[in-house]
Amino acid sequence: MTTIDLDTARTRLSDACGEVTDATPADAVDGVTAALVARPGSTEETAAVLRAAAAAGLTVVPRGRGTKISWGRPPESADVVLDLSRMGQVLDHAAGDLIVDTQAGALLSDVQETAGSAGQRLALDEPVAGGTVGGMLATNASGPGRVAVGTARDLLIGVTVVRADGVVAKAGGRVVKNVAGYDLGKLVIGSFGTLVVVTQAVFRLHPVPAARRFVSVPFGTPEDASRLVQSVVHAQVVPAAVEVEWRVDGAGTVGVLLEGTPAGVEARTATTRRLLGLGADAVEAAPLGWGVLPWTDEPGSTGLKLTCALSGLAPVLIAARRAAEDAGIALTVRGSGGAGVLYAALGADAPVEAVADVVARTRAVCTEHGGALVVVDGPPAVKAAVDTWGPVPAIDLMRRVKEQFDPERRLAPGRFVGGI
Amino acid sequence: MSGTHGTQTTAGPVLGDTPPEATSATGEAGDNAAGIAAVGRVARALMPETGVIADPTQLRTYECDGLAHYRVTPALVVLPETTEQLAAVVRACSEHGVPFVARGSGTGLSGGALPRADGVLLVTSRMRTIREVRRADQRAIVEPGVINLDVTRAATPEGYYYAPDPSSQQICSIGGNLAENSGGAHCLKYGFTSNHVLGTELITPQGDVVQLGGLAPDSPGYDLLGTVVGSEGTLGIATTATVRLVRLPEEVRTLLVGFHTTDDAGAATSAIISAGVLPAAIEMMDALAIEAAEAAVHCNYPDGAGAVLVIELDGASAEVEHEYALVEQFCQQNGSFELRLATDATERALIWRGRKSAFAAVGRISPDYIVQDGVIPRTALPEVLRAIAELSSSSGVRVANVFHAGDGNLHPLVLFDGEKDGASEAAEQVSGAILDLCITHGGAITGEHGVGVDKAAYMPKMFTDDDLDTMQLVRCAFDPGNISNPGKIFPTPRLCGEVPGKRKKAHPLVEAGLADAF
Repeated sequence: MTTIDLDTARTRLSDACGEVTDATPADAVDGVTAALVARPGSTEETAAVLRAAAAAGLTVVPRGRGTKISWGRPPESADVVLDLSRMGQVLDHAAGDLIVDTQAGALLSDVQETAGSAGQRLALDEPVAGGTVGGMLATNASGPGRVAVGTARDLLIGVTVVRADGVVAKAGGRVVKNVAGYDLGKLVIGSFGTLVVVTQAVFRLHPVPAARRFVSVPFGTPEDASRLVQSVVHAQVVPAAVEVEWRVDGAGTVGVLLEGTPAGVEARTATTRRLLGLGADAVEAAPLGWGVLPWTDEPGSTGLKLTCALSGLAPVLIAARRAAEDAGIALTVRGSGGAGVLYAALGADAPVEAVADVVARTRAVCTEHGGALVVVDGPPAVKAAVDTWGPVPAIDLMRRVKEQFDPERRLAPGRFVGGI
Repeated sequence: MSGTHGTQTTAGPVLGDTPPEATSATGEAGDNAAGIAAVGRVARALMPETGVIADPTQLRTYECDGLAHYRVTPALVVLPETTEQLAAVVRACSEHGVPFVARGSGTGLSGGALPRADGVLLVTSRMRTIREVRRADQRAIVEPGVINLDVTRAATPEGYYYAPDPSSQQICSIGGNLAENSGGAHCLKYGFTSNHVLGTELITPQGDVVQLGGLAPDSPGYDLLGTVVGSEGTLGIATTATVRLVRLPEEVRTLLVGFHTTDDAGAATSAIISAGVLPAAIEMMDALAIEAAEAAVHCNYPDGAGAVLVIELDGASAEVEHEYALVEQFCQQNGSFELRLATDATERALIWRGRKSAFAAVGRISPDYIVQDGVIPRTALPEVLRAIAELSSSSGVRVANVFHAGDGNLHPLVLFDGEKDGASEAAEQVSGAILDLCITHGGAITGEHGVGVDKAAYMPKMFTDDDLDTMQLVRCAFDPGNISNPGKIFPTPRLCGEVPGKRKKAHPLVEAGLADAF
């Protein structure tokens, strides 16, 4: 924490925003103690808080419900936690236009409930339950459904943000097709609160499909998993999701989600079962663990995100397993094999050096196949000892962007790539 | 600003006698001649003779893009063949403070590739290699000059295609598509260029080569790629694009549906979308646009139609079957009087020919016309179409409507005869009023053509000063010297403060012992 005059800071923030309290230990950001919590009720109040924070020289960490607050690196300091939970309204659902306009502090589940009332959905899975729209955007969270519809960058069409200097700006709008001006929404997605504070967002919606079916088949080796995934993605069954799960004991499952009309799903299910071969089973309910991040099963484990070109699936799986076995660490993998995005959990209480070794060896193979490895979450000792974000191409340009938006490094300093 | 016979113009900010050469958006001929000469020397040392053009007559052939109304002769044209050549020329531009504009095939409709009179035009038409078609990864890696349709042609033998399909897809380049975030008829279901370009090798305005994104999704760090796509060449020049290839659908059905009025066709569109059906495309043409298309390509659309819809369904056969039944039902319920289903590729091509030829076809019924590109929420369609009709009848200016009905992207064609006194001014007024309608209905001033020089003056109607200032923070991070396609998008450039990045030598004040660098 930077050295601050708490009384002055409290007074200035209270002038800006009706709800300012002293932080409790529960408000710590990934182990970093916070001094104050400000809960603005509007974009204008958020701007006033940021102006007051700037005037008082305070660092600010935005927070929704804190469900992913330990992702990324711990910030260098967190004088003020900017809590957006009072901005929890789903503002407008224009069902005929298939869009929803929402405050950033709204729960994703509330957005889904609103859209669902008209048979629509925001086509984004929620890997960690109970989170907000803003938290989802800040961490670029996604799940199995990304194979068909993509991620936040494919769904966000308008955004209102507050800059570190308190200036309010918007980009995009309320229509899906729009190329007027820079697409700042994409820049903000996955920025971990280091660039601006998002206060409002507009998304495109999709109709809820009338029918869905999950087709699963066990696999023996990573090469088998890759062959099965390739057979589905190159077929014409239009999968909504293609998941790969590789459990700690080496047992594996490839799962395919089919969505659409009842007759269409039935026909495509039959085709998919033929493609997956002997042992392929179709069920209507999601299989256990579907879309759940593997490290949430086991407190204290280290959570990794592995990406690669689709053809890199088998080599990446093999490398991760071999590195984990050599280091004597339990490994579970689950993720979107059909999108080239896997999540892995390294067992709790693994020695830090062993985790670092698995990270380094697996990262090298991900990179070789066009991807990257990020340590998303983990115990403080692990995060302190490993290169969590890894090398990032174009880091100089990213620093220059940060320098323009937040030259004084007030917003979540140190949480992001390259110490940004 | 009188239109040239048979060319298209658009609602532009430059009214009256001021030639564009004299505006800050386009620079002045003769400025920084020493800088231009220095860049020319660098280019000539690297490239064959035909790759550098300085002859005034030849330069004039590059004076405009697809928006022929704006014309500026560039000071120099360079046609590089490699990333290294292109980067070296950009570096030279950066060193000598010379603005540059990138150009692909020159088909843009907002003047986004309008040259600078005091700058270099970098043409990518010699960078036309499809480097890789990676079926197993569902990706292709292509150079910026590659023609859009050639990506699909290369991928089709593998069972794949490239989804974004602007109507100029037979000639427009991927680099231009990337710069403009191009759309097309099928983006209703499949999205825009930004959803399909997953990586790019970018030359920054300083001449550095950086990779953004790539074969795998979710690159760690800021999504600079997402900001670069659609930035209209103002953040650098793409030298490769890693694009998503989409599996060819099992079945495609293309329908042509005749309605008596645009209201009926609009109601059918809303009914289809509300029922949860997402066609690959829903396109609408009104009576005047149909008349023009008939005159030009004899597409044989239904007699007496006040509006037609072109609807395309694609996907797994069982899904398409079901969706087709729904579409047929909704069209009939909303007053369609004729529904034709293309039974083979020839019939499908004929249906699309009427639609895709619409812009050019309007030249058959009017000497001049302005193409607009506004977007409205789809539910506002009937109201806005009626308002456009009122504008047209009260001003006496004819407006043909051709548009992507599914996503509310209008392309009103405002017809006029530039030879007649006051006709172009009246057309400009109607055209501008249509954009105002789009903004007041919560829409956007451009859905796929880009802002360019053409609509920069309209940006303040859609965005506040703070919005535009914030966007330009990105510009300042990438291009503090404001040399990469300056004068496009933003009506007023932002001063970027201290220029970051490499310094060749110490700051003069430091050298003189008057200041310290920390």
